[in-house]
Amino acid sequence: MRGDLNESTAHPALIFWIIAGWVGFLLLPWYGVEDGFLSFKWLVDGYPFDEDFAPAAFLIGQGEKLWLAPLLLPLAAPFLVVRRKKSDPLYAIVLILAGAVGFGWLIAQGFGIGIRGYTFDWLTALFGDLDDRQYGMGYGALIVASAFLFLFTQGIAARGAINGDVFVVSAIGGVIVIVTTFVFFPIAKMLLAAFITEEGGYSAAVFASKFFDDRLWGLGCFAGGRCGAAWNSLFLAILVGVLTTVLGLVFALVVTRSGFRYKRALRALTVLPIITPPFVIGLALILLFGLSGSVTQFFAELFGIQPTRWLYGMPGVLIAQTLAFTPIAFLVLIGVVEGVSPSMEEAAQTLRANRWQTFRTVSLPLMRPGLANAFLLGFIESMADFGNPLVLGGNFDVLSTEIFFAIVGAQYDQGRAAVLAMVLLFFTLSAFYAQRMWLGKKSYTTVSGKGDAGVHPLMPNGLAVPVFIAAGVWGMFTIIVYGMILYGSVVELWGVNNSLTFKHYITAFSVRIEESGIRWTGAAWDSFWTTIYIAAAAAPLTAIVGLITAYLLTRQTFAGKNAFEFGTMLSFAIPGTVIGVSYILAFNVPPIEITGTGIILIISFIFRNMPVGVRAGIASMSQLDKSLDESSLTLGANSWQTFRRVILPLLRPAILAALVYSFVRAMTAISAVIFLVSAEYDMATSYIIGRVENNDYGLAIAYSTTLIVVMLAAVGLLQILVGRTKIGRRTQFGAGE
Amino acid sequence: MNEKLITGKAAPVRFEGVTKRFGRDVVAVDNINLSVETGKLVTLLGPSGCGKTTTLRMIAGLEMATEGRILIGDRDVTTLPATDRDVSMVFQSYALFPHMSVLENVSYGLTFSGFSKTETRERAVAGLELVGLKGFDNRLPSELSGGQQQRVAVARALVLEPQVLLFDEPLSNLDAKLRRQVREDIRAIQKDLGLTVVYVTHDQEEALAVSDEIVVMRNAAIAQIGSPRELYDAPVDQFVADFIGEANIVPCMIDSVENDTATISIEGYRHVLPARGLLVGPAKLAVRPSRLVIGAENGFSARIAKATYVGVRMEYTLEASFGTMFGVQDDVDAPLEIGSDVTVGFTHKGPVLLPEA
Repeated sequence: MRGDLNESTAHPALIFWIIAGWVGFLLLPWYGVEDGFLSFKWLVDGYPFDEDFAPAAFLIGQGEKLWLAPLLLPLAAPFLVVRRKKSDPLYAIVLILAGAVGFGWLIAQGFGIGIRGYTFDWLTALFGDLDDRQYGMGYGALIVASAFLFLFTQGIAARGAINGDVFVVSAIGGVIVIVTTFVFFPIAKMLLAAFITEEGGYSAAVFASKFFDDRLWGLGCFAGGRCGAAWNSLFLAILVGVLTTVLGLVFALVVTRSGFRYKRALRALTVLPIITPPFVIGLALILLFGLSGSVTQFFAELFGIQPTRWLYGMPGVLIAQTLAFTPIAFLVLIGVVEGVSPSMEEAAQTLRANRWQTFRTVSLPLMRPGLANAFLLGFIESMADFGNPLVLGGNFDVLSTEIFFAIVGAQYDQGRAAVLAMVLLFFTLSAFYAQRMWLGKKSYTTVSGKGDAGVHPLMPNGLAVPVFIAAGVWGMFTIIVYGMILYGSVVELWGVNNSLTFKHYITAFSVRIEESGIRWTGAAWDSFWTTIYIAAAAAPLTAIVGLITAYLLTRQTFAGKNAFEFGTMLSFAIPGTVIGVSYILAFNVPPIEITGTGIILIISFIFRNMPVGVRAGIASMSQLDKSLDESSLTLGANSWQTFRRVILPLLRPAILAALVYSFVRAMTAISAVIFLVSAEYDMATSYIIGRVENNDYGLAIAYSTTLIVVMLAAVGLLQILVGRTKIGRRTQFGAGE
Repeated sequence: MNEKLITGKAAPVRFEGVTKRFGRDVVAVDNINLSVETGKLVTLLGPSGCGKTTTLRMIAGLEMATEGRILIGDRDVTTLPATDRDVSMVFQSYALFPHMSVLENVSYGLTFSGFSKTETRERAVAGLELVGLKGFDNRLPSELSGGQQQRVAVARALVLEPQVLLFDEPLSNLDAKLRRQVREDIRAIQKDLGLTVVYVTHDQEEALAVSDEIVVMRNAAIAQIGSPRELYDAPVDQFVADFIGEANIVPCMIDSVENDTATISIEGYRHVLPARGLLVGPAKLAVRPSRLVIGAENGFSARIAKATYVGVRMEYTLEASFGTMFGVQDDVDAPLEIGSDVTVGFTHKGPVLLPEA
């Protein structure tokens, strides 16, 4: 009876998308509703005849926006084939044509006609002045576009792509379209902006003058002056990469190759960078070494030296970033160091190498790709870091902050921001490319499926002593820094009035209970709730997109899979500031007009954090044997049913991890966010930066501490939940026994 | 009464000129023609990498043929994906879903086949009863032994009443004793329900024991198709002779052929056997170790090079002028001495001429 399905003429997915397309066209407001995506005031506010809220069909009916009328044809075309068989060649052709034409027309009219009539001069030249305009797309356009996309993918599937699997083809199509829209399109738009002259024309000379600017590439620092931002960023990133790799290796060696007793505590270190907003370290350093910092004051009194501002600039940023990113290197290297097979080291020892020789000739060479990987990660993180240079940079210009000042400062120069972003993107993408192409194929991980009974040898003594000293000093420093954060939040006014107070917490988080209920009177509540709300909305979407992508990458083979993988992982290497700038440039005008809304924040989080979801998904899916999918398929489930009923339930820990991780990352993000926040949607991190700029450190630190506690709770909750799913096993036995 | 719930809806399988290529130039299956009759258990047998598993997966729809046609029943299924084929498969690793109970596993396929809830349950319970796992409904796969998991996998495939049931080395994860029992169970169920079964294995003894017909594969092509007895007694070439049981390949001379009966000679020892279309001239002879008579009256001479005691019999390595041979003798109480010269002959039936050398 299964066999008959294929020959039948019932196509539920097809019918669903045809109806969806018509609903989008006939019933939903075509253009974006100004009150926000989730506001439904339009329902009682003149719908369906008011121009602002009318569905496309009503607009056309009233003789407006007539360029939407051609969409009716591709919307109607699929009705021709509803009764046909899937194997009928006409079925595929009609769907492909309808989808492609409809989607293409939708895009073309969206870009062709904007707020001021035709967007391109040649269109005006061709058709004369258009006496009409249109705004950004809304529900209606979104649904119709999706309908066209999925009609198209069903047509492709019917032609036999991926064994005619509608779910897989649609998933690939969907991921390609959203990644193109929200990663490649904004980046391309930003690159174009670098060539735009003040008059709005395009010119390579403009680009050249901005690109060869002395503020970007100047080498004055060798002559006692200032260097360009590009060189500053590069030097800083290399230094941070080296330092974090060395320190990461030191900690990894302590955990795996020594008799150190508190290894679990050290491993807990890896949680820190996840839950710490990026600029918090910078704040703590100011409390310690700033002009009125405790250490500065102490030395000033002791030796009678004048306190200096040495911290602000390269040294401060370097220390802050090294503190912030060492745990990331540690996380990478602990896997690498453990991955070196103990039997190889034991083999070396039985071949008469002593411990130092073993380490130098066997262990270290085997770790080399891992070390390079850690270095590149530190490099990318440092390049992309925005919070610490903003707080500590002083006169030390780096690319990420320069981009920010080009956009928000008095200069307001989009072109310059775009050029800076291009340079920054070039650096991070090169590192990303090197990491993937050069290291991807060269893995020395020696862990195989077979049990390896060996034990890692201890470090040679000559190495152990410096390693322990370095680890001890840096560990203490980290603890002091985090202690400062906690302590700083309860001090009245740092360096001036050191009495303890909860004043800052009260200012930020006071609550008044009135008859009408709780009133959130604290200054921070607004941004706090916005942050929670945005992060909570972004997390499940991130997890869904990430897991579907991971499924496609691990379980399906299709043409162009490598490019697909590269494209989806790419946003990992795009610094947040670049995303922020490109989103402003791309989504401030129709057809997608979402700046100033909460949606743009959610979308930026989805695509910033998607690689994390993809990686989590890939890691756990590659542990599920492929025969599970295959047996489900031979039992008559289709690939969607297999995904939902077999793979998803087995991935529950990965899903939870992706959820919590993307939630937490959305709460701590600053670099992209600072461009995208609006008065209505202010996020916690940008609020805190605002306080810092007003020298209101107490409140900033109190707020940061609260965030850390909230995120710690989220991560802790995750540990408990994941732990439970692992041991969750039914205990009741058959009723017949 | 429950047993009646599950019946066979068996159908034949036909391969017409099927080729499977991976990438540009890796040919996994090269232009094979194959026909599996309704209600028969056919084994694909061959060394690893011979294309037998790929062939099986093409029947399941997990791999798509690059060229040729695949038919199940009267239907051309060449381009149908696994989901839409009426075929179930028992995997080497069993592939039981670890998050579902035994009953949920067995019901899994039924829920996609349009059965009502009660019917699904009844059929699943009947399926479990059929494989002797009544009352294990609520266990998780991790709470079962290997043999029990195997039977759940069989039940899960059976309850769908597939046109063809596929087994991919189903016994390789079981210990030796359990293997014999499970293979007998599989064969009994197959015969009871009249199922069409395609079975992949690399164990020739297993293949001989369960099959109606064996397809021996080598290098992506079919080497020989035949019943177990045909393959054992009349292999077409050296590869098949050696792969199905052991065989000594002995060079000989065909002296005369009459009515398809040949008279051969080896160092003056004469033997009469079917000519299998061969003509007078040099030829090769395949002789099973058990068909060598060590110490016969008539024969050729050989020397005992090695003697091994394996409990039920003696195994000897014999050195003759044309090479070494491997023979066995049931007499373990009076073993022959190493280095002694013996006369070796053939039993009356047994040696076969190999058509192509």
